[in-house]
Amino acid sequence: MTDSSRGRPRVGLFVTCLMNLFRPNIGFATAKLLEEAGCRLVVPQGQTCCGQPGYNAGDEDSARALAQQVILAFEEFDYLVGPSGSCLASIRHDYPLLFAAAPAWRARAEALAAKSWELTSFLVDVLGISQTGARFDGVVTYHDSCSGLRGLGIKGQPRQLLAGIEGLTLREMAETEVCCGFGGTFCVKYPEISLKLVDDKIQNVLATGADTLLGGDLGCLMQVAGRLRRRDLPMRVYHVAEVLAGLATGPSIGEGPLASG
Amino acid sequence: MDLHSHEFQSRARTALHDTSLQQALDQARDGFVAKRAAQVAELSEFEALREAAAQLKDHILEHLDDYLERYETAVNAAGGHVHWARDDAEARRIILDICARVDARTVTKGKSMVSEEIGLNEALIEAGLKVVETDLGEYIIQLAGEAPSHIIAPAVHKTREQVADLFEAAHGGPRRTEISDLVDAARQALRGRYFEADVGITGGNFLIAETGSSLIVTNEGNGDLTQTLARVHIVTAGIERVVPTLHDATLFLRLLARSATGQETETYTTVSTGPRRLDDLDGPEEYHVVLVDNGRSRMLAGPFRAMLRCIRCGACMNHCPVYGAIGGHAYGWVYPGPMGSVLTPLIKGLDLAYDLPNACTLNGRCASVCPVKIPLPDLLRQLRHAQFTQAITPRRQRGALAAWRVVATRPWLYHALERVVARILARLGARTGRLRRVPGAHGWTLGRDLPTPAARTFLECWHHEREKS
Amino acid sequence: MRAARDEILATIRQSLGRGPLEPDATAVLAARMAAPPQHPRPAFEEDLTTRTIRKLESRSATVARVADWTDVPRAAEQFRTENGIEPRVVIGAGLAALAWPSHWSWHSGPAAPDAVLSVTPAFAAIAETGTLMLVASPDSPTTHNFVPEHQIVVLKVEQIVRHFEDAWWCRQQTGAGLPRVVNLVSGPSRTADIEQTIQLGAHGPRRLHVILVG
Ligand code: SF4
Repeated sequence: MTDSSRGRPRVGLFVTCLMNLFRPNIGFATAKLLEEAGCRLVVPQGQTCCGQPGYNAGDEDSARALAQQVILAFEEFDYLVGPSGSCLASIRHDYPLLFAAAPAWRARAEALAAKSWELTSFLVDVLGISQTGARFDGVVTYHDSCSGLRGLGIKGQPRQLLAGIEGLTLREMAETEVCCGFGGTFCVKYPEISLKLVDDKIQNVLATGADTLLGGDLGCLMQVAGRLRRRDLPMRVYHVAEVLAGLATGPSIGEGPLASG
Repeated sequence: MDLHSHEFQSRARTALHDTSLQQALDQARDGFVAKRAAQVAELSEFEALREAAAQLKDHILEHLDDYLERYETAVNAAGGHVHWARDDAEARRIILDICARVDARTVTKGKSMVSEEIGLNEALIEAGLKVVETDLGEYIIQLAGEAPSHIIAPAVHKTREQVADLFEAAHGGPRRTEISDLVDAARQALRGRYFEADVGITGGNFLIAETGSSLIVTNEGNGDLTQTLARVHIVTAGIERVVPTLHDATLFLRLLARSATGQETETYTTVSTGPRRLDDLDGPEEYHVVLVDNGRSRMLAGPFRAMLRCIRCGACMNHCPVYGAIGGHAYGWVYPGPMGSVLTPLIKGLDLAYDLPNACTLNGRCASVCPVKIPLPDLLRQLRHAQFTQAITPRRQRGALAAWRVVATRPWLYHALERVVARILARLGARTGRLRRVPGAHGWTLGRDLPTPAARTFLECWHHEREKS
Repeated sequence: MRAARDEILATIRQSLGRGPLEPDATAVLAARMAAPPQHPRPAFEEDLTTRTIRKLESRSATVARVADWTDVPRAAEQFRTENGIEPRVVIGAGLAALAWPSHWSWHSGPAAPDAVLSVTPAFAAIAETGTLMLVASPDSPTTHNFVPEHQIVVLKVEQIVRHFEDAWWCRQQTGAGLPRVVNLVSGPSRTADIEQTIQLGAHGPRRLHVILVG
């Protein structure tokens, strides 16, 4: 599985910009899961953002600059792994397209794409893990974030891992595959439409009777949690990594600051 | 039809507050999605059909000139006439000329999105003709004086109460709200019109190059009455509608109804070839086809060629959360939803329809259901790129992107700024644990709280901790 | 007119980055046209007749089965009386030789607004979706399929084919080229344009009754 001398893969942790700022706990959860799975983890300092804000706004040039930065920071590792379907879908699909006209960079982008994984799919599809040995007491429902779902085919992996969590019951919501209205900068450029979409999502979440919402992308989770708080609706919101790592113990997303790990 | 796409934001806002519209949209969305899903689940070949259809469309587009010439030859051989229109004005003129030559007074119309695209109704009415839309949905919005809000269900935004009001005003008599009574009323009102029509205009779902036929698909049978009973039948269709043979059309037919209305097949599929023949007892005396370009031939060149695969099924809008929230009128022109957000800027101008490619979360659900696998989110992103390079993207946004780039390509600076922001936000939210208003984040805090971050970023903590150990 | 045609074709070629196709390329297309590739077809094991009946009934058509051609008028009369339909009828000339009830007022000309019922011979039926193939001819005018409120279609069991492709192929076998109109009819006329509620008899026939012979 790896070319490293000790047989443990060297993994570069992709630190998403939202997580770095708003929810460090997801980073610690991801690190814990990867290290417990036998990875040698490195957090490169030379990273900032995957470049989607530029790419999705039509500024391909800036997106390319960011993509180059990520390639340079991560190409030395066996794997790049991050707790976000959105960033990882971009690294896997968009990077090679961005360098369509530059063969040398294109090859590097493709090589990186081939070894870049979203956290839950890395644990399940690459490492073959089915249990993380954590406990979580609650009835949860799971929102499938669009880029992870349609860009990377992430659907079964988080559910498979959650099935191994003691004390946890998963209750599926209606329209779990429908967008929550986050959409990167969409949520601030078209706030009224975005709020309509998140209210539809919340209606489906509440209808399950679950006490906790989980998902794999912090952007979507901030969107739903931020709206829940504004509407004073009680519901815990965690990133799936926090639950899988047994670190979903403090205040949930939007419920006040977590003491840093 | 006039372009209102630049009013997208205000129209969307109005739509969000329109309770009958919201009621109609909720109902429509659930029905379309569930019915399609049931059909797809029934047909194990569905994915193979999608793949084959996408490939066939690409083959056709690659040889479009040749197939169009073959089609023209075949139409002529069957005694019909082909007219070529470079743009909407030319298409209108061709049709008006035919109407004038045959001394037409009444025109019946089957549903045709191209006729909406070229603004045909307004032109015919201006020329003094009586125009009767015969598709029930089109008939309803004609009475309402509105544009279609969906490409296969033009009146999807209307509730039955609203239809009852329109019919009461148009037909007189007692107000009826039963759907069966409303459908009957339209049937009675339109019966006579078919027989008195001089010209019947229909669209063409497919044009068959081999036989010179036009093919239409309907549930009501209105298109057939329109084209059979009028003296002159005119087909309007985009140039991309040609397919080589009936066998090839069959491939698309297997996808069309399932994707559009969630039916296995629609009730009527009709293949028409030329005018009435010597021994025929009925049928039109003349048969014309108006092939409309209107920007399509140019679209073939660039990254947007894939858009010409579109078979106008409407699945993309049925599955689009943004369309589901605001309906079709917000898009401001003939084609709404994802396919319209690509087509409208391409046909009418990137600047005049600025919002359309941008008002999308890029969630990808449209592409996942498109029967001809058009990568709609990618095309929307390409349009954003074109807007950006042509400096149509607002200056403020371009400035923000430039600033973001300066910071994001310098990790030390980026991390330092994140540390500062974390500390400020943590302090702002320290007392209540929630951030209800944050300077510079109005778009977010308009309707949502911002989570209060911890005072230190992940990178800060991580490296601090690892250095300790 | 000519100018528009030439300009559109020229723009297409320019966009495709080439001139008119070379003769060998057009020959390839001509060959493809003569023998189009097989596209995926829905596979099924169900018996063709059973499936056709099941599919038609699922879309609110009704089906009656008779043993012999001469039983058709009786079955038609039964459908008419059961549904209280006036005996003002148009009958495709292809069926005119049958012994129709004497109290019917009928003719074989095109259908005018006073025709309430039509009786039409089918050319084929496609089991894949349970769809009738009706072709325009002096024996079966197109107005019969849409103007009357009710339609009876007479179909022989041996006319049922598996897929649409088979029906097109049957048609080509007649050697007569494509008739002016081919109607593929899968049920009575319907609409869902008001609140997605299905309503029969939008513009075409409210009832579609198939008499299956054999
Ligand atoms: S883009 Fe695809 S899904 Fe949308 S109308 Fe066209 S064919 Fe249908």
